[in-house]
Amino acid sequence: MRLSCTVNGMPQQVDDVWEGESLLYVLRERMGLPGSKNACEQGECGSCTVYLDGVPVCACLVAAGQAQGREVGTVEGLAPAGELHPVQQAFLEAGAVQCGFCTPGLLVATDDLVTRSRAEGRKPADAEIREALAGNLCRCTGYEKILDAVRLAADRMAGDPR
Amino acid sequence: MDFLQPATWEEALEAKAAARDAVPIAGGTDVMVGMNFGRLRPSLLLDLTRVPELQQWADDDGAVRLGAGVPYARVISELGDRLPGLAMAARTIGSPQIRNRGTVGGNLATASPAGDAHPALLAADAEVEVASVRGTRRIPVTEFYRGVKRSALADDELIAAVRIVPPRGPQQYSKIGTRNAMVIAVAAFGLALHPDRRAVGTGIGSAAPTPRRAPAAEEFLAGELDGLWDSRAELPAATATRFGEMVAAAAAPIDDVRGTARYRVHALSVMARRALTWAWADYRKGDPTCA
Repeated sequence: MRLSCTVNGMPQQVDDVWEGESLLYVLRERMGLPGSKNACEQGECGSCTVYLDGVPVCACLVAAGQAQGREVGTVEGLAPAGELHPVQQAFLEAGAVQCGFCTPGLLVATDDLVTRSRAEGRKPADAEIREALAGNLCRCTGYEKILDAVRLAADRMAGDPR
Repeated sequence: MDFLQPATWEEALEAKAAARDAVPIAGGTDVMVGMNFGRLRPSLLLDLTRVPELQQWADDDGAVRLGAGVPYARVISELGDRLPGLAMAARTIGSPQIRNRGTVGGNLATASPAGDAHPALLAADAEVEVASVRGTRRIPVTEFYRGVKRSALADDELIAAVRIVPPRGPQQYSKIGTRNAMVIAVAAFGLALHPDRRAVGTGIGSAAPTPRRAPAAEEFLAGELDGLWDSRAELPAATATRFGEMVAAAAAPIDDVRGTARYRVHALSVMARRALTWAWADYRKGDPTCA
């Protein structure tokens, strides 16, 4: 079947999509966007987290056809090519990246959290950060540096250092 | 495999009638796992996310009619006050990503004994509204679960909504797993106190072939509370303990990878005792929806 949707603001159209495949497969294998990672394929790890109409979801659990006409946002779309989004910069600086496999999903989940908090004119509390990232597993870092990175990103995006 | 995306409920029902083995998909949190692992290969995948009625909830004839496709994130943000027990259950489900997609309709359709919504639906005497081209019927949720991952849904029917009467008394929910997020319940318990009808509702999850109530425990507690509803006096500790034991006695768990039967029974007795203690404390404070 043919699938048309918007990905990172650009209209995309792909043909010969198998009806049973996931949005994750479409992004990685048909659209050349391998940023979203394929790990558990059952919604447990969060490595494939993308925005679907502005809401973070596991791309592995979205049937390709369900994305028809929808807006998809992937980690590749966080910042313009060659630039880093404040969340990405914070992850680098805080040492929140080790093997890097979970990082794309964490970046999208973090972007969602800090964007929502900023819209409400506040910074996320630690408990809120833990809850927001509960669906993203990291087997390297022990999460402390990731929490540092989220706080750093939230500070910067709020415009004042903590 | 075909993929159909009906825009109306009528179209969806017609498609299901024409292809009885069609698998409906909403949030995909169960269906896509089956697809990704090659366990599920239906002739037709029926995407219900474009049917507007399924994505809505409304007050209807004294109940909340919750469209089958409303994701858990919205149950939490929009219905925490009206349906506290279900909202508490919803908060324990998966992760933010899962709660953004997963639905009560999907939980019912899968009918897993471990589905997190079931104990809350049982305790609240929910009704499942199902439909086909033949018509619409309401099934009390107690009669909905028929076996491990089997339900009363006929092969041409789809789940339209769940109907739950907003409670007059406190509701509680408790779930135990290996960690706080992203776990399948080892055991779960839902409780509803109904001071208006002087009754008690319970729901047990992950501790029997189907989600089930604990009727003897309900009857026992209703009897014990008979003199206490009006006085709102303290609940004797022995009553809460006995209630916990009776809830645990209603379970029929197995040993599996998530836990042993013995552990589940013990956990249920503790969860039921605690849920009752919390709910009664809520009731004594006089706030019916302080979950």
